[in-house]
Amino acid sequence: MCLAIPGKVLEINGDKGLIDISGMKVETFLNLLEDVKIGDYILIHAGFAIERLPEEEAMERFKLFKEMEILG
Amino acid sequence: MSEIIKEYIKKISPICKMLEEKEISFMEVCGTHTMAISKSGIRDILPEKIRLISGPGCPVCVTSPGDIDGMIKLSDLPDVIITTFGDMIRVPGSNRNSLEIKKADGADIRIIYNPVEAVDMAEKNSDKKVIFLAVGFETTVPGIASAIIEAEKRKTENFFIYPANKVIPPAMRALVMDKQIGIKGFICPGHVSVITGANPYRFLAEDYGIPCVIAGFEPLDIIISIYKLLLQLHEKRASVEIEYSPWVRPEGNIKARDIIYKIFKECDAVWRGLGVIPGSGLSLKEEYSYRDGRKLLKEEIPSVPETAGCRCGEVLKGLIRPPECELFGHVCTPVNPVGPCMVSSEGSCSVYYKYSDG
Ligand code: SF4
Repeated sequence: MCLAIPGKVLEINGDKGLIDISGMKVETFLNLLEDVKIGDYILIHAGFAIERLPEEEAMERFKLFKEMEILG
Repeated sequence: MSEIIKEYIKKISPICKMLEEKEISFMEVCGTHTMAISKSGIRDILPEKIRLISGPGCPVCVTSPGDIDGMIKLSDLPDVIITTFGDMIRVPGSNRNSLEIKKADGADIRIIYNPVEAVDMAEKNSDKKVIFLAVGFETTVPGIASAIIEAEKRKTENFFIYPANKVIPPAMRALVMDKQIGIKGFICPGHVSVITGANPYRFLAEDYGIPCVIAGFEPLDIIISIYKLLLQLHEKRASVEIEYSPWVRPEGNIKARDIIYKIFKECDAVWRGLGVIPGSGLSLKEEYSYRDGRKLLKEEIPSVPETAGCRCGEVLKGLIRPPECELFGHVCTPVNPVGPCMVSSEGSCSVYYKYSDG
């Protein structure tokens, strides 16, 4: 039940955002997060974004994470 | 199996041999982990010594039989619309009634995805009372609290909830204190921890010496987490590590927690199989308590015993594996479930049935 999926912020309208989830456009509440920006990666659960990563940070963290996995 | 996973398995084996315990039980307390572990077949590639046990990670499964009965009773009231996440609808109450049966009999029960949809519905149906069945752990509660804030803002007076949300760490304490289970480490839930951060698990490491790793959901995440737990055991230390680092911050999501505790306060709660756990539930604060749907029932909700023959309680504590239940697989199946652990897609019994890794 605690499944959450990542998406990318395309548009922001007040408390809501339009999110790209692997090509699908979905409306999501953004009220649980501070300073969401277009291009941020967010984690979505039951219609709410529960965490965000700015684009550059997302790239960096995912890259770092991958390297960590490889180096172990 | 990927090369990286093989590498980790190679690292895991020698550590495992060095540990003197005959059996090392790690528990996961998240339904999504339960599914990921069974689906990936991880149990088959780990050294025999390591036992992965599934705890009470499915919110639907831990909802007490009394609350299920209470929810079903609400659907009998005139002029109500019951709104719920899909998983709840088939859970049997004490006399094998369910919301699904009530719906077939004509009760207005609607499945929604986002709790705010229930507020919208209440606005459109001002002559009805719209009740949302609030189940779920820390991941789900901020959205439910937001729905209440939304209803307050819009002055939607006919929106109610049935408060049955729960928080995980107090249940983990109860599980650790049960010596029969013998937990040696926790695979902590990734998406719950996005909200809570690492702090709420620290007492497990500091007071009980139990290693904790907050894990992601890919097979590799789980293997890495098991490796980290074993390292802690080997080095005789216990701490809370974050493996799901792209998304979990040590401090969690502070704003989401502020929203939870604006609306809710902690209370004692009954968990199926585990009984009353102090501080593990969330009830509405005084100023919002008029939105407590249970008050619409003119009677107290009695506590009811667990379904006869169903061993969900022991399954939820990791004391037995689902196939050890006499009803598993013939009397109790996903099509004709006896207990909630077979109903919910992430319940241990249905996961075992589906991936038959008993
Ligand atoms: S198999 Fe069915 S009856 Fe047995 S514990 Fe699981 S849900 Fe309950």
